[in-house]
Amino acid sequence: MDTSDELLQQASPGLARGLGLTRQKAVRLSPSFISWLQAGPMMLVFLAFFLIPLVFVVIVSFWDYNEYQLLPTFSGRGYTDTFEGCIAQLPDLCTIGKTYVKTLKLCFMVWAITLFIGFWVAYFLAFHIKSKTWQMGLSLLCTIPFWTSNVIRMIAWIPLLGRNGLVNSGLLKIGVIDQPVEWLLYSEFSVVLALVHLFTFFMVVPIFNSMVRIDKSLIEAAYDAGATGFQTLVNVIIPLAKPGIVIGSIFVITIVMGDFITIGVMGGQQIAAAGKIIETRLNALQFPAAAANAVILLAITFLIITMMSRIVDIRKEL
Amino acid sequence: MTETTRKTGVSRRTLLKGTAGLAGFAVGSGAITGFPYVMSAEPKVLRYLGTAVNEGDDISKQCLKDTGIKIEYITATTDDVTKRVMTQPNSFDVLDTEYFSLKKLVPSGNILALDAKKIKEFDNITPVFTKGETPGGKKIGNQGTAPWKVLYLEGKDSKTFAKSATEFVTLIPTVYNADTLGIRPDLIKRPISSWAELLNPEFKGKASILNIPSIGIMDAAMVVEATGKYKYADKGNMTKEEIDLTMKVMTEAKKAGQFRAFWKDFNESVNLMASGETVIQSMWSPAVTKVRSMGIPCTFQPLKEGYRSWASGFCVSKGVSGAKLDWAYEFVNWFLSGYAGAYLNRQGYYSAVLSTAKAHMEPYEWAYWMEGKPAEKDIKAPDGSLLEKAGAVRDGGSYEDRMGGVACWNAVMDENDYMVRKWNEFIAA
Repeated sequence: MDTSDELLQQASPGLARGLGLTRQKAVRLSPSFISWLQAGPMMLVFLAFFLIPLVFVVIVSFWDYNEYQLLPTFSGRGYTDTFEGCIAQLPDLCTIGKTYVKTLKLCFMVWAITLFIGFWVAYFLAFHIKSKTWQMGLSLLCTIPFWTSNVIRMIAWIPLLGRNGLVNSGLLKIGVIDQPVEWLLYSEFSVVLALVHLFTFFMVVPIFNSMVRIDKSLIEAAYDAGATGFQTLVNVIIPLAKPGIVIGSIFVITIVMGDFITIGVMGGQQIAAAGKIIETRLNALQFPAAAANAVILLAITFLIITMMSRIVDIRKEL
Repeated sequence: MTETTRKTGVSRRTLLKGTAGLAGFAVGSGAITGFPYVMSAEPKVLRYLGTAVNEGDDISKQCLKDTGIKIEYITATTDDVTKRVMTQPNSFDVLDTEYFSLKKLVPSGNILALDAKKIKEFDNITPVFTKGETPGGKKIGNQGTAPWKVLYLEGKDSKTFAKSATEFVTLIPTVYNADTLGIRPDLIKRPISSWAELLNPEFKGKASILNIPSIGIMDAAMVVEATGKYKYADKGNMTKEEIDLTMKVMTEAKKAGQFRAFWKDFNESVNLMASGETVIQSMWSPAVTKVRSMGIPCTFQPLKEGYRSWASGFCVSKGVSGAKLDWAYEFVNWFLSGYAGAYLNRQGYYSAVLSTAKAHMEPYEWAYWMEGKPAEKDIKAPDGSLLEKAGAVRDGGSYEDRMGGVACWNAVMDENDYMVRKWNEFIAA
């Protein structure tokens, strides 16, 4: 079999089989083998760079450690240390409890706001912009926050939101306030602002993608049947855009759950983050404790995503 | 000190990518070792792992000119340097690290002590390191991981620090300094003389400390002691109760809104101070210089309770032997021979061998940086930019006054693990 035939077979098994009938020499590959072949490279990458390291992380999380090395003996210390005081301090929350409540709260706020903004931006792009070029151009505009590095961004917020920043001096000048507003920077507000500013894009793209694939005749049918704009939105557009909404939500939630750099920089390092605990532990060379925290974070994130995919079966909807 | 050079790092995914890249780099560099042994004509190359403090381009250029040794810098944060020594001991030749890391590095067996007899200027190294006193005879505070406690090993491959001088030196000292609080005199408008001022409600929402647990807790301890709440036996090696007490004081202050932000890297500390977000915070000398070079008044304020000091030095990886080890000695000897020392002194740090550095500095420079005298001429940074106009006096004064005023040293505590957990609790509070 020559290479072009092989390629053809991979690309379109049915067609290749047809060709195979005309050529005697052709080797028959079962469709399921071909699908494995197609998914294979990604699977290998996943196995080598995700699953195997993950297994190591889980193993190491059950090791013991001292100041300078890992001790490969079974120990639950990474976990018991992490949950230290969780029962003794009741009804107050322990460190890990507080950290996750804070992380989940930030995550929820960022998710809700990016979903709201992202949905309407995608709606605008999909239904109000007719030309493909403009749609492309405008969605590229959404990537602007990514053109600068985190370092630049963190410096750039100070002149805007800082005590002597643009917003404060503007408000002072027009007499709305007589003291600079402190909560603009190094607060939950600034963290949410920065995360929304960064990650709304991850909502826009999948929702936009779902929306452009909505058959326009469905909307016309809804209109003809006498549905108001709002009814069309709720009963036609939102249900059909659900896969995009869920995919966008998964992007945003997984990123925000693990983020500690933006939260650190915008929160003035005073706001706890699940990722930050891992970093602090790593820097203190306490790898098993860091691994245990990573496993906990992964489990919680996985739980959230499982719950979300319960609501919408992405595979079915795609 | 730590100079964070982390770039974007938005998600865990990017972090993973970075780690994979690092691993790839390690494999690559592993393949290169062994080369120079085979071919003697191979250029002399040393891979130099350290923080950005000593890693000036001018230093490596001058070294190549004087000795023919090509220095390849591997720059990382203090924490990452330690991590690298632990996990990839063959990825570097010469290590430049802080004395407090030794409590972790020496037991790992991944570094080799150097032989004092092969260091030409060893006897001229400042008594700050060897005796714990200034050249003028002032006793220096010995709380924390003071260099003289960990300077010698009992034997070549020993993992025990020797009580008295031996020929096996853990780190040949290179650079050190005395750290204190940085303040904005133009915004505070009154003299500051105590660490206790960091928690003074007058500066509510305008104070900061650094979010690096091992150093942050020392600054916190200086503050607690200054307020008269508690006197530590050793700030650098607290008991669990002492850690609890220190963090309680800091947590109350945090909850009351005393701190504007904590900082984690050099640039953050500069931005906080320069923008006026904070007016008093823990700081490092070059950060103060940076703020000042922007035309903004900033003082590295000497305080009556003394300074928190740090020091770093050279050792080699356990994988270094033969000709490469000889080059390492040649390089360390060159480093102590004056050029590098003068370079560091001009940045506001201190060099380990004072006599050789002095020979490489102009008398007026020496008088300003080391003797605490008013500058006769304009003071320039090593890159030629103007640091201070004629007539200025260095914050804290002379070497004797500054190093003599050291109260404690950066440290790794016995209860480090507990301390890190408590620090996380403090951040979450």
